[in-house]
Amino acid sequence: LGIMMLSRLSTRSLRGPLFSTFRGYAEESSTALFGRKLTYVHQLESLKPSALDTIPAYRIMDNAGNIIEGANEPKTNEEECVKMYKHMVTLSVMDRILYDIQRQGRISFYMTCVGEEATHTGSAIALKDQDTIFAQYREQGVLLWRGFSVEQMMHQCFSNAKDYGKGRQMPVHYGSKKHNFQTISSPLATQIPQAAGAAYAQKMLGMDDACTVVYFGEGAASEGDFHAALNFGATLECPVIFFCRNNGFAISTPSREQFRGDGIASRGIGYGIETLRVDGNDVFAVRETTERAREICVNEQRPVLVESMSYRVGHHSTSDDSSRYRPKEEIEGWLDTNNPISRLRGSDGN
Amino acid sequence: SERRRSPPPLGASERASERFGMVGARGGSLVGRGVGRVSTARGSPAAAVRGRVAGASAPSARRALARARAAKEERELLMWEALREATDEEMERDPTVLVMGEDVGHYGGSYKVTYDLYKKYGEMRLLDTPIAENSFAGMGIGAAMTGLRPIIEGMNMGFLLLAFNQISNNCGMLHYTSGGQYKVPVVIRGPGGVGRQLGAEHSQRLESYFQSIPGVQLVACSTARNSKALLKAAIRSDNPVIFFEHVLLYNVKGPVGDKDEVQELNRAEVVRQGSDITILCYSRMRYVSMQAVGELVTQGYDPEVIDLISLKPFDLETIYNSIKKTRKVLIVEECMKTGGIGASLSSTIGENFIDELDHEVVRLSSQDVPTAYAHELEAATIVQPEQVIEAVHKMCGAAVPV
Repeated sequence: LGIMMLSRLSTRSLRGPLFSTFRGYAEESSTALFGRKLTYVHQLESLKPSALDTIPAYRIMDNAGNIIEGANEPKTNEEECVKMYKHMVTLSVMDRILYDIQRQGRISFYMTCVGEEATHTGSAIALKDQDTIFAQYREQGVLLWRGFSVEQMMHQCFSNAKDYGKGRQMPVHYGSKKHNFQTISSPLATQIPQAAGAAYAQKMLGMDDACTVVYFGEGAASEGDFHAALNFGATLECPVIFFCRNNGFAISTPSREQFRGDGIASRGIGYGIETLRVDGNDVFAVRETTERAREICVNEQRPVLVESMSYRVGHHSTSDDSSRYRPKEEIEGWLDTNNPISRLRGSDGN
Repeated sequence: SERRRSPPPLGASERASERFGMVGARGGSLVGRGVGRVSTARGSPAAAVRGRVAGASAPSARRALARARAAKEERELLMWEALREATDEEMERDPTVLVMGEDVGHYGGSYKVTYDLYKKYGEMRLLDTPIAENSFAGMGIGAAMTGLRPIIEGMNMGFLLLAFNQISNNCGMLHYTSGGQYKVPVVIRGPGGVGRQLGAEHSQRLESYFQSIPGVQLVACSTARNSKALLKAAIRSDNPVIFFEHVLLYNVKGPVGDKDEVQELNRAEVVRQGSDITILCYSRMRYVSMQAVGELVTQGYDPEVIDLISLKPFDLETIYNSIKKTRKVLIVEECMKTGGIGASLSSTIGENFIDELDHEVVRLSSQDVPTAYAHELEAATIVQPEQVIEAVHKMCGAAVPV
């Protein structure tokens, strides 16, 4: 199967239902649409969102962890798998401990990333140390994979003298220059245009085998900064990976109220950016997707959008109680049937 | 029942205001529209002024009795409940009033100000917006120009920095640039100020940045009572009002008025009458000042404390009447020293009332640093009661032991 490259998909879907009834009578190179040939038609028909298929998500494993027939075998070995598994479990245990620590009043605040362990691990493993990372606040797994220790995470959350940020920020506002991971800033999406700028700098400084990766949620992708940054990335041809963690919720606002289009992936195409959508709970698929994104970025010096489909199992933060706006069964459903850690464990037999 | 009284003759402050072109300093609104019954609750400036102007003792005694009787029947609410009640009452009274912001609908708002209101008014009037402050501020402004009266909630005032473009270039200006054809009756509200270890980005004091915007009114509430009465007035006002709540005051409890009680948006509140020194403060600094005053009174001082309420325009009449008495001004604010509300206020007082002053205006403000996360550092960057006490000592002289 390989990864569903959006360009292949679009050729099939866009040309199909949309243009079949048209007969273009003229075609010319459009100044307004540099480099594209613009077809003129004499039948007035609008372009409905439903005309385009929902962009599919790439996966290798099924929910039980079995490699799907026909899918690419993940290029890995036992040692690596164990390392990934250990990492995801450590992350999930650390999250639970820090959450409880907050409840005990020992730290003021925390945000867990339960449910998104595969997104963090799979993407982090595909990056290189020279790739600059910008994140939102729910990416501790990525930082930990880079080599930031659990102990250092504690220092940050306890805001003590050993924190690299010198205790100046709330918990989960980690950052580490030596790990090439920019310090978290609270307001949403501010990091996205910054990442486009960082990628531009990498390009200008001739850093050939490096890219910038910026993580954000599907809610933050509503901010104006997201749109501006994508447009910049595209027009300046910067090596930036826009990595969206679509976990279904922005505090209490579900995706249904956040947007009406086909998620965040559909926006990439609108900005002229190559786009990949992946099953965020399949660590192998996330890794392969991120590797491909990085390849495009670095070799072709242009941006890529990745949308990782997952679910926010935990509350938004320790100041939130998500049972107020979603049923417990929904959360348990995801934990039982589509658990990133269980799926990796389940793949052990393969 | 109180009718709207005619204003007293222009005093020095009003003449000064007119000379310096401060629009609306004397009870006028930028777009003339009555705001209904004025609060005559104890401590309200209206009551103070009315008492001075009317003068007769029998009617005042009757009114005082009525107030005392009413006080016994008054309900007490937490500030967030008071704000919620104000929103509920105004939405019921006027179907064009609606709330838009993040998580204001079924979640009820991050500080519960719209708790369960969606059940009563529906999801279109308690509109959960996507996360895009500049856009939903713009949306609100557009809706206001088309006939609605939106209340735009910023989850934290700091996020409204994204909306600065809309607020500055459109919200305040469109009434003017359209030649008066369009009005923008929005209320932009949200929690601001320094909280408890919320970090630098969640501890912004937007009143500093917004005060230069022409055409907007800035109001800061501080008690349950004034938060309800002011929010109601702000919603009814045809002017764009930026309504500052403080993140640490939502659980302040106090008596609240009934559904007809509104408070003048551009009037300061005399919190405590005194004679030694005028302390000008607003929002949470009212409590910091009063805490210091509690100690100062035992030391023999008699400070007058005025809660500014109206950050733009300043209520120069009330301020002037106080300065005339005390001849010293101490400004206690949570804004940074540079470019804060105190900076403007200090200049204005110096320019207008220099003859009434025996001492230069002193400002106690926050330090010009990003707010630290560590508890002790955070406390060190903002004004504490001890600093207020020390400043009063310096300005009034050391107290003589009783």
